[in-house]
Amino acid sequence: MAVLFLQMSRISKFYAGVRALDNVDFSLDRGEIHCLVGENGSGKSTLIKIISGVEKPEEGADILLEGKRLDIEHFTSKNSIDNGVHVIYQDLSLFPNLTVRENIGFNMHVEKGKKFVNWADINKIAQEVVEDIGVNIELEREVGTLSIADQQLVAICKALIGDLKLLIMDEPTSSLTKNEVDSLFSVVKKLKKRGITTLFVSHKLNEILEIAERVTVLRDGKCVGVYDPDELDHEKLTYLMTGKKIEYIKPDTDSVFSEKLLEVRGFSKKGNFKDIDLTLYKGEILGIIGLLGSGRTEFALSLFGINAAGKGRILIEGKEVKIRANKDALNHGIGYVPEDRLELGLVMPQSIGNNITITILQKLLNNLNMIDKGKKEDAVERGVSDLAIKVASTESAVMTLSGGNQQRVVLAKWISTEPRILILDEPTVGIDVAAKSSIHEIIKKLAAQGIGIILISDEIQEVLYNCHRILVMRKGRITGEFRTGEITEEKLFQVVNAG
Amino acid sequence: MQVNMKGVGLGKKLLKRNEIYLFFVIIGLSIILSIFNPNFFTLENLFDILRSYSFMGILAVGLLVVLLSGGIDISFTANATVAQYVMAYLLVNNPEMSIFLAIFIPCTIGIVLGGINASLIYFLNAPPIIITIATLNVFFGVLQFISGGKWLYNFPVWFRNFSKITVIKLFNPEGIPYGLSILTIIWIAIILGTFFILKYTTLGRKIYAMGGNIEAAKRSGLNILQLQMFVYCFMGLFAGIASIIQALLAQTVAPNAIMGRELEIIAAVVLGGASLAGGSGSLIGTLLGVSLIAVISNGLTLMRVSSYWQKVFIGLIIIISVSVTALQRRAVARRVAVVDVGE
Repeated sequence: MAVLFLQMSRISKFYAGVRALDNVDFSLDRGEIHCLVGENGSGKSTLIKIISGVEKPEEGADILLEGKRLDIEHFTSKNSIDNGVHVIYQDLSLFPNLTVRENIGFNMHVEKGKKFVNWADINKIAQEVVEDIGVNIELEREVGTLSIADQQLVAICKALIGDLKLLIMDEPTSSLTKNEVDSLFSVVKKLKKRGITTLFVSHKLNEILEIAERVTVLRDGKCVGVYDPDELDHEKLTYLMTGKKIEYIKPDTDSVFSEKLLEVRGFSKKGNFKDIDLTLYKGEILGIIGLLGSGRTEFALSLFGINAAGKGRILIEGKEVKIRANKDALNHGIGYVPEDRLELGLVMPQSIGNNITITILQKLLNNLNMIDKGKKEDAVERGVSDLAIKVASTESAVMTLSGGNQQRVVLAKWISTEPRILILDEPTVGIDVAAKSSIHEIIKKLAAQGIGIILISDEIQEVLYNCHRILVMRKGRITGEFRTGEITEEKLFQVVNAG
Repeated sequence: MQVNMKGVGLGKKLLKRNEIYLFFVIIGLSIILSIFNPNFFTLENLFDILRSYSFMGILAVGLLVVLLSGGIDISFTANATVAQYVMAYLLVNNPEMSIFLAIFIPCTIGIVLGGINASLIYFLNAPPIIITIATLNVFFGVLQFISGGKWLYNFPVWFRNFSKITVIKLFNPEGIPYGLSILTIIWIAIILGTFFILKYTTLGRKIYAMGGNIEAAKRSGLNILQLQMFVYCFMGLFAGIASIIQALLAQTVAPNAIMGRELEIIAAVVLGGASLAGGSGSLIGTLLGVSLIAVISNGLTLMRVSSYWQKVFIGLIIIISVSVTALQRRAVARRVAVVDVGE
C-alpha cells in the first residue's frame, strides 16, 4: 500500500493579478516516480517553487509533508531542503570551475560556522555516493568539462548527500541522448528502491510514458487530472496538455518529386561523417534522423560551409558547386537554422525587425547605400505576417518572446533571404506542443512553395509526420532510407536506436 | 607499477596546465637574455628582481582573488596611492610615529576604500569594471586636489633602513653585499597566506564558487554581499601593503607614481591564466605572469633598451601568450566535436 509523502490541497498563486495556479490539488506517494507535465505557462514551475519553498501559495492552501502540516507562512527553501526536498533545475546549479568531488560535497562548505575545508571528508563523501549509485565519473574532472548527462548525475549525487526524500528534476532529459536518458532512468530506479520519491517535470512525452508511474497534467494553472501512464498515449497526452486535438497526418506520401535540387556525393570528413550521398528534390521535405553524436549537425554545418568537408561533391540543380565558407552557401541559396537558436540564431537583445532583416541588409540599401526604412519595414512585415508571429511591436527585443515565437523569428530571418534550400536543425527543440505543430505547418507551406527542406531531428514523430522521405544517420553514416509511407513509428524507433 | 602510473598522470596533468608553458617561456627568455648580458643570470640580479617586483606581485595576488570571485578592480592603484600618500604625509610630519601606525594606517585606508567598491558593486548591482573605473577617478582626483600633487620625501631613518633589511647576506665578486630582501619575504608570505585561504578555508572555496556560477552560489545559500565585501577589502588591504612597499623602494612619494600601473598588473594576472570571466586562475600562474613581465623589463633594462621599447615588447609578449592560449583552446574544442565514425 502506497504511503502518502506529500499532499498539497487548494494551491493557488497569483502573479500581478495573473492566475498561475488555480486551486490545484497534488500528491506524491513515497518512493514513486511521478511526472508533472504541461505546456509553458501551465503552472508547472510555480507548483515546484511552492514545494521547494521559493514561493508561497495564496491563503487557503494546505500542505502535508509526511503527514505533518507545514507552516506555510514560514516555509522557506531552507526548510524544504531540511525536509529532504531537492530540486535540480534545468541549469543544474553546479560550479563548472570546480571538480566533481567538490561540487558533490559543496554543501559541506556552507555548513554553519565551518571555517576550514576538510578535503579528506569531501573526498570520502563524494567517493561513497558515486559508488553507491554506481555511476562512472572521474571525481577529479572539472564539472564544466563533463557532458550535460554527467553533470546531471553530479547534481543528483550532490542532492543525495544529506537526507534526500524527494528529488525534483526540471526538464532533465531535454539535452540527453537515448543512452544517457536510459542511464539516468536506471539511477532514478535505484533511488526508488531506497524509498526516494522522484518528480520529473517534462514535456518530452515519450520518455514520460516510459518511466512514470503516475502522471499529473496541468493546463492553464488547473489540474486536468492524474493518470496511469498505461491509459495514455502520445496523442491523448498532447490533447490533455493543450486542450486541442492535434492530428498527426503523414504528408502526402504519394507525391512524386522529379526536379533534383541538391545532390551530395561521397561527402566525408574525418572524425565527423563518411560517404554521405543524398538527393533533395524541389518541394520535398527530407528528414535526417539520428541521435545526438551521430554526426547529423556536423554534416549540416558542412553543407552550409561552416565545417568544410574533406571530400565529396555538391551539385545544385545539376551544376557542381564548391562550398568552402558559409558565404558560398548563402550565394547558392542555402539557409541554415541552427539547433541552438539562442546562441547561434538570434541576437537576443535586438528587436524582432533587426533580427529578421540581418541576413538581407544588402538588399535593403537605397541609392545612398543606406538602409531604406520603407524596404526594411516591408521585409519585416512580410516576415511577421508569413510566419504569424504574434507580437505587439516588431521593435520589442527577441529575448522577450516565447520559445515558439523566437523560432518563428529565426525562420523568418532565413525565409527573407529567399532560399532554395533550407536546412532546419532541430527546429522545435524546447518548444510547446501547440507551438510545435504550427512551426510544422509553416515548414510544410514553405516546401509547397518549392523550397527543398532538410529537417534534422531526433524525434520520431517530428520526421515521420512532416517529411516525405527519411534518412537515418548513425556513426556519421547514412544507415537507412525510407519513404514515410512505408514505415511505422515503432519500426523507425528501432532503426534509429539500433546498436 | 602503481607509482609509475601516477607519475605519468602527474606529468600529463602538468602539461595540460597553461602555467607550464609560461614557465618554459620565462626560462627560454632568461637564457636568451643571459647570452646577451651575463649579468642577467646571477643570484644578485634574481634577488634584485624579486625585491623590486614585490610591489607588483602583491597587487597581482589581490587582483587574482578579485578575478576568481568573478569581479574586477581597476581602482587598486588609486587606492594604493591614497593609502601611501596619507601614510607618507603623517610620517614626514611626525617622524616619531610608530612603525605600527605606519603600517596600520595605509592598510586600513585600503580596506575602507575596498569596502566602498564592494558596497557600490553590490547595492547598485552594477558591473565592477564601471564602478572601479569611477572610484579610481574619485580616489585619485580627491587626492590630487588635496595634495596639490606635492612630492613627499625626507622619511625617518628607520624607514630608509627597513627597506635594506635582507635575510640571506652574500657578497658579489666586487665585494658589495646583497641578499634576499625583507620585501620579498613579505610578498612570499602573502602568497602562502592567500594560498591557504583559497585552498583550505570555506571562504576561499566560496569565492571560487561565486566566480564559477553566481546564480548557483546564491541558491546554495552563499552570502554574496559578504563574499564581495571580503574580496574587495582583501584587494584593498594588499593595495595598502603594496603602497608601503613601493614607498620603501622609492623613498619618495609622488601622487602619480603608482597610477597607470593597473593595466600592467591586470595583464600579468591574465597572462598567468586567470580568467576575466571569473572562477579560474592560480597563484602559481599569477607569480609566473608577474615574473614574465619582470624578466622582460629587467632584461631589456640591462640591455639598455629604451623604456618605450620595453612597453612595445611587453605588449607583444602578451599578444603571443594569449595567442598560445587561444590556439590551445581551439584544439580542445576541435577534439570535443569528434564523432565516432566507426572506421
